[in-house]
Formats: sequence, C-alpha cells, structure tokens
Amino acid sequence: MNLGISATEYLSLVRNSQISVEEFIAKTIDRIKMVEEKVHAYITINDQDALNKAKLIDKKIRTKEKTGKLSGIPISVKDNICTAGLKTTCASKMLENFIAPYDATVVSRLKQEDAIIIGKVNLDEFAMGSTTEFSYFGPSKNPWNNECVPGGSSGGSGVSVSALECMMSLGSDTGGSVRSPASFCSVVGLKPTYGLVSRYGLISYANSIEQIGPVARKVEDIALIMNVISGHDQHDDTTVKKDAIDYVEGLDIGIKGKKIGLVQQMTGDGVDKEVLSATNKAISKLQDLGAECVPVSLDSLEHSVAAYYTIASAEASSNLSRYDNLRYGFDLGTGGYEFKAYVSKVRSNFGSEVTRRLLLGAFVLSAGYYGKYYLKAQKVRAMMKSQIDEAFKKVDFLIGPTMPILPFKLGEKIDDPLTLYKLDINTITANLTGIPAISVPFEISSSGLPIGIQIFANSFEEKNLLQAAYALQQSVHLREVPL
Amino acid sequence: MIKIGLEIHCQLTKLESKLFCSCKANYRNLETNSNICPVCVGLPGSLPLLNKKAVEKASMLSLALGCKIPEHISFFRKNYFYPDLPKNFQITQYNAYGPTSIGSDGAVPIEGKTIRIRRIQLEEDPGRLLYEGSSEKTQITLVDYNRAGTPLVEIVTEPDFENPRQVRIFLNVLADLVENLGVSDPYLEGAMRVDGNISVQNGNRVEIKNVGSFRDVEKALHFEMTRQQSLVDRNIQVIAETRHWDDARKITVSSRSKEEEQDYRYLPEADIPIILIKQDKIESLRKQMPESIVDKKERYIKKYGIPQQVADVLSSDKFYSDLFEKAHNESNAKEIANIITTDLMGFADTREKKMDLNLTDRNLSDLADAIIHNKITRNSGKIVLQEMLKTSKSFSEIVANLDLGSMSDTSSLEKIIDEVFKEEEKAVSEAKQNPDTVNYIVGKVMRKTKGKANPNTTLEIIRKKLSV
Repeated sequence: MNLGISATEYLSLVRNSQISVEEFIAKTIDRIKMVEEKVHAYITINDQDALNKAKLIDKKIRTKEKTGKLSGIPISVKDNICTAGLKTTCASKMLENFIAPYDATVVSRLKQEDAIIIGKVNLDEFAMGSTTEFSYFGPSKNPWNNECVPGGSSGGSGVSVSALECMMSLGSDTGGSVRSPASFCSVVGLKPTYGLVSRYGLISYANSIEQIGPVARKVEDIALIMNVISGHDQHDDTTVKKDAIDYVEGLDIGIKGKKIGLVQQMTGDGVDKEVLSATNKAISKLQDLGAECVPVSLDSLEHSVAAYYTIASAEASSNLSRYDNLRYGFDLGTGGYEFKAYVSKVRSNFGSEVTRRLLLGAFVLSAGYYGKYYLKAQKVRAMMKSQIDEAFKKVDFLIGPTMPILPFKLGEKIDDPLTLYKLDINTITANLTGIPAISVPFEISSSGLPIGIQIFANSFEEKNLLQAAYALQQSVHLREVPL
Repeated sequence: MIKIGLEIHCQLTKLESKLFCSCKANYRNLETNSNICPVCVGLPGSLPLLNKKAVEKASMLSLALGCKIPEHISFFRKNYFYPDLPKNFQITQYNAYGPTSIGSDGAVPIEGKTIRIRRIQLEEDPGRLLYEGSSEKTQITLVDYNRAGTPLVEIVTEPDFENPRQVRIFLNVLADLVENLGVSDPYLEGAMRVDGNISVQNGNRVEIKNVGSFRDVEKALHFEMTRQQSLVDRNIQVIAETRHWDDARKITVSSRSKEEEQDYRYLPEADIPIILIKQDKIESLRKQMPESIVDKKERYIKKYGIPQQVADVLSSDKFYSDLFEKAHNESNAKEIANIITTDLMGFADTREKKMDLNLTDRNLSDLADAIIHNKITRNSGKIVLQEMLKTSKSFSEIVANLDLGSMSDTSSLEKIIDEVFKEEEKAVSEAKQNPDTVNYIVGKVMRKTKGKANPNTTLEIIRKKLSV
C-alpha cells in the first residue's frame, strides 16, 4: 500500500471500496511507529481513536451512507490548535497537561467532513522559532537528512507530511511557520489571507498576523482542504464574510498570460547559490508555461524583520500573560507563595526563546518606548502594505525563494537568535500585509536537501494562487523522500 | 482650592449577556464559577466576540452625557497580573493614540455648574476574589469568575468638583440618568463603583479606591480633604498615592501596592475588528432613547401643572415616574403625582421595598379619582393606600370594607355637627366671637366621623350655622 498517494487519489480509492480506511490508518500508524524515532514529528498519537473513526467511516461506505469531503484522510494537527479531549501542549511545559474542552473551528470542520485526526505534531514552543528546536519535547528532524532541522515553527506538520506519517497537516503561520517547514521538507504549505480561516482554537502567539494553514504533498490536496476549513466563523470576528469559493474547480487552468513579479530583495545578498539558481529555473519554467516575468522591488523588506519581531513579540507578551498556572498548567508546589512571587516562579518555566520574545515584547510596549518601537513597526507595516498594493496593480503574483538558505544542521544556529530571525525575511511580508503565500517544492540540492519556491497573491486571491502553484508543481518531478 | 475628579465604573446590567461571550451578564446569586465559558475565563485559543448591544447601550449613555461618539471605536488590552483577571489583561478602550473610546468631551449640568466628562470607555469587569476570613489574615484566596467579562462603562470626569457635596449630587444625577436610560440598575450591589481623585491647593493628587456606597464617597472625600489640608497647613507634603477607604474605621489608608507606578503596556486588541459607527446609526439610537429626566420634568410641569418640586422628585425616580406614566390620566395626574411623592415615596424608598410594592396602576388611578371627586377625603385616602399596599385589594372593596366613603351629604353631616355643638358649647360661643377658632370644631367633627367628613363641606355648614 502506497502511503504517498495524494488525498484526491485516496478519496476515489476509498469511495470505490478499493482500500479500506481502517487498513490505511493502521498502515499509517505502523509508519509513524517506524519513523518517529528518526524524525520526532508527533507529540501525541491519537491511534486508538483514529482506528475507531476509520471503522465508522468504512461502515458508512459499506452501507452507502453519505460521507464527508475528507473521508478517512489522516490529518495531523499542530499542537497549538485545540482538540477536544486530546492534549494541546504548545510544546511547552506551561501546557504540558492541557486538554481543551473544545475543538478549534478548523478541527470541527475537518471532523464534520470525516477527516481523521491522527495526532498532534511538534512545534517550537508557542510557535516561536523557525527550526522546531525550541520544543519542550525535543526537536523534530528533517526526513531528508536527520541531522538537519525541518524548519519551523510547524516542523511537526512539515515532517509528518513529508515522512508519510499522515496525508495532510494543519499548521499555523505567524512569520512563515507553515512555509518554512514546507520548503525544508519538500512539501506544499499555504499561508491563507488573514481572515480567510478561523483562528478560533488556535492558541494565540501574534494574533494580528497569524493564520492556520494547511500542509500537504500536493497542491490539489491543499485546494481540497481549503474547501473545508476556509470561510466565515461566528466564533472569530476577524474572519471575513464572503461567498464560498471552490478551490479545486479549475485548478489546472494554467498561468498563461499571467504576470509574475520576481522580488529583487529576495534574491540579493545572503541567498544560497543553489537556492538562487532554483529560483531562476522556476522563473523560466513559468515563462515556458506562458507567464510573463518582471522584476519588482519591495524596498520596505529591509525593515520587515525588525517590524515583524517588534509586533509579534509585543502581541506575544500580552497573549502569553494568561499562563499563570492558576486555572490549568503543570504541577508545582503552591505552598508559601504570594501571588506575584508565584507567577514569576511559574513563568520562569517558559523556554529560552519564548522568554526572549516575552521580554522584548514587554519592553517595546512599555511607557516611553511604545512610540519608538511599536508604533514605528506599525508604520513599517502600513508602508509594506501600500507597496504590496502597488505591486499587485502591476502583477498577478510575486515570487521568490521561500527560504534564503538550505536546511542546516540541528544546533548550528540555536544560540544565534538574530541569524535565525533573519531567515524569515522572505516569508514575513505575507504576514505583515495579510496576503496569501504558498511554498511549492521545486528542487533537491546537490547535497540532497529540498528547495521550495514561494508565490504570493493579493488578498483573497487563493484560487489564482493555487492555480499558479499547481502549474509550477506540474512542471517538476522530484524524487521521493529517502526515509 | 480643592479639585476633585471621578472615575465611575457602571455595569450595563440591562444587557442579557457578557461583553465578549454569551454567558449571563447577571452573575449575581449564581453558584461560584458556574457562569463561565472558554472565552470569559480566557482559555487558550478562545477569542472575544463583541456584544453589539453593549456598544449600543454605551453609545446611548455617551449621548445622554453629551459626549461625542467617534466615527470608529476600537479596543485595547490593559496588561497587568492579578488573580481576578483570567487573561492577565483587561479588554478596554484607550484614547492616548486618538479618540477611539465610545464617548469623549461630554458635560453634565448639576445645580448651575457643569461637570465635564473626559471620556467614557466600554470594558470588561474582572472576576471576584473571595477571602476566607478577613482579607488581612487569610491563608487562602479563592476566585469566582462569574463576573469576569460583565460589560461595564468607565466614566471619567474632569477635576471639576469643588467639594464633596457636589460629588454626591452628581452621583445621584448620574445614577438616576443611567436608570432612566435603561442601561443599568445603579442600586444593585456593585453595579456602580466610584474612585475619586482629590487634591488641595499646594498638594499632590491622591486617588481613593474601594469606596462601597455613594454616601461613603462623600465621607471619604471629606476625610481626605481635611487630611490633606491639615498636612498642607503644617507644611507637610501630600504624597501622590492611592489610598483605600477603610469602611470600618471611616478613614482612608495608604495602599501598600504602588498601583500608580504600574505600566499597563496598552496594546491594540486585534481580535476585535475596528467598529465603524455611522451617523445614521447614532441618530436612530438617539430616537430610541427614552425621554430624558429633564424633558420629563418639563412635561410634568407644563402639561399637568405639577408643582416644580414635585415634578423634580418624580421625574428623577425611574420606578415612580414609570408608575405615574401608567396610572395617570389628564384629570388625575396632579393628584397621582401628589400621592406618589407625599405618601408612596416615604413608604417604599429602597429598591427591595419598591419591588415588593403591591400597587397596581389601576388602584392608584381609582384612588386619585376618588379624592378629586370628593368621594373620600385625603385623610381616608392615606388609609386606603396603606390597605392597598397591605392587601392589594381593589379600591372599591377597601372603601366598602372600611366604611370610608366620604360624608358630604349635608343632612347626616348636619346631625353630627349639631351633636358636636351640644358637647362643645364653650367652643361654639368662642367661635362666634372669634371665627378663627372654628377649626377646632371642624377637628371635633372629623374625629367623630373618623375622618370621613369632607372638611370643606363641614366648614361650610358650621359657618352657616354660626353665621360667621
């Protein structure tokens, strides 16, 4: 049984009773048990529940009952998205034992369509990081080379999809957290437009810029799951009321006559040679398919990393204030503490990267510094938005490499936060301006490491974006993961 | 010169649900921590959903206090750690980066003086701390989150008060106003809470918190005024600080925590999109607003000829003016206003007593009609009213039972007057000399008829008989 088939293929096999869901799920669980030791994608494996659900769906198919749009598809969920009855830890000691009493809207929509939640996957603590090394439960490893990082913060999502431990995954993207592991693990990752997918049940890190986004092996699978998870949610006032769009229909329409802008600032200094040549190759492929490519300059990108870390840290310092261990949390002797002393003792249990951002965030919001940092960052954000708006008056898409460099060794940059922050330079534009962006696997480097290409579209233009991504995907044939 | 400013927290108790979730806004008398959900206890992943009705009520209040409503409003997070605050930030409004709170720059007239309103902001109430034993000595503090997320408005005045008495008057006006507007019941425990800022000439500003009642606000400000003045008189500096009102000792005491130094690290609340408030929305709200107390008073005076003082008292009491509106007609309005203000208000003056009042508008109207048409005397009217309140029986039933029908038929009255003339010969002869003393005889007749005799008719007959 080929665990690497696309969800679209799988659905037709399942619906025609050519394979049973139970069998596929059992095989997937076997696979997880086999490769976890090498890649560590999962924090919680929901095996028994998944098998029970599988049986129910098989029964529905046997009795010709109506089944959902994602019947029997094993999906892993990043461990910062709430699942009722299943731990949601944020890869943090602070939520080590936290079981949410409710499902995130995306999770309940998946369940409604008969998807199977196969487990909860690893991340940098509270999604702060770009390597998944800052997890309380230990790092995930790149399936293409176990000595390398898988990207992050949705490392578990990228790894589990890449290593065939599930068919799709839900991650969250605050500064590139879906696209970075997608690029490093050679899978597809989409950051939707802010407001397209409900955040209800996503544990907030930087709530004005983050979105839940899907990870899959194929663009068509991304389209499939977007049909289920996108759209207005009455539990999230920031979701936009719009008519439902079918992302699957017309996916293969091609990109003939489209205009694509190559972002100059994403192919300049500091970009790996192989990444650069892959980007140029992608451009010529797209031109071959009938697109017109032009250079586009977004000079505000220069300030984007500083603006991003100011805003994200500020929001984090507020969002993470609630973790005081009073109502839920981990076991800590309570005797003899006055409230403030207790809270500060509790909060010393955040990991180093979270602590760094909480301190930074509290600082930039403090009296006398607000205008100097936070407001200035918001100005940069507004400037970026207006540059993006201008750019999309001229082109249909923007393009560049997802990550400026190849996957690197675990531990190599862990003590160098600035270098790590700068790796987000190509991805954070989408978060600060709200636009959608997708990372598509494009090449494997001479050292055997994946390179992803990133395409951006204007807000709520996901349908066009997926069409472009699909065209790019169809233009390449990549080898399978060597695991 | 004394300067006093106020910060008033007023819960919007007339709303069904909390500010950001569907839990009940009325958290009172519920089992602890039973009126909670993932949103109001800030569980990870939950998001606030703004109660649009709360925005409407707060807008109405802003209009009623003469405030400007901005074109768009937004929310901020006020960050501080406290156990009654489940997210460790409070969702509130903040105007430091432009006016985005529901109201600003208002004015409220009191006794020929205008108190300016700096701003009105919509925000969530925190939970409540429960101490086992006294808060000073307890080993354990418990938290009840039933109240967390209750909608409230904070009303901030300019430091326009010159003495504590003006503060009390203002608070009464404000309480009547919010009640009349239907946004809050200010007499519910904890529904309206007041912090004061006070400074004397050559002294620093001191904040007073934790004052339980309006009466205590005046006392606390008085105490503080005297304390600060005596410090200044002795050339001792008044320290800028927060002081708490000690209800037992009736003094203010310095708070150990340095709250005034706290940095709240305000941050825009991105989970609640900016709300546009269109001008036509404001106009339609304005139309929905009930008649203001001032307009009501004017109407009572002009339309019914109710005396100014009676109209004043009646219009500012929501409960009794509602009763008046239901009970009155063109002809008996003045009498009903009279009964309410002279008899009823003294009888039922608290919220509880008002709630228990056994009086239908029909009964009240019948009683007023009977008095106007001389069917019973005012004195008997009082007795009937007492009986109505006790038994809630109908007017006619009570009058029949107690035999209180007014005696205005002359023949039976004359008989009684003749009897009194015989018994009071001395008084009769005196009255002939000095007509001013005739009232004594009227009194005797009233007593003999147990108050049923119509005093005017009685006087008329006596005068005729004595030819005075």
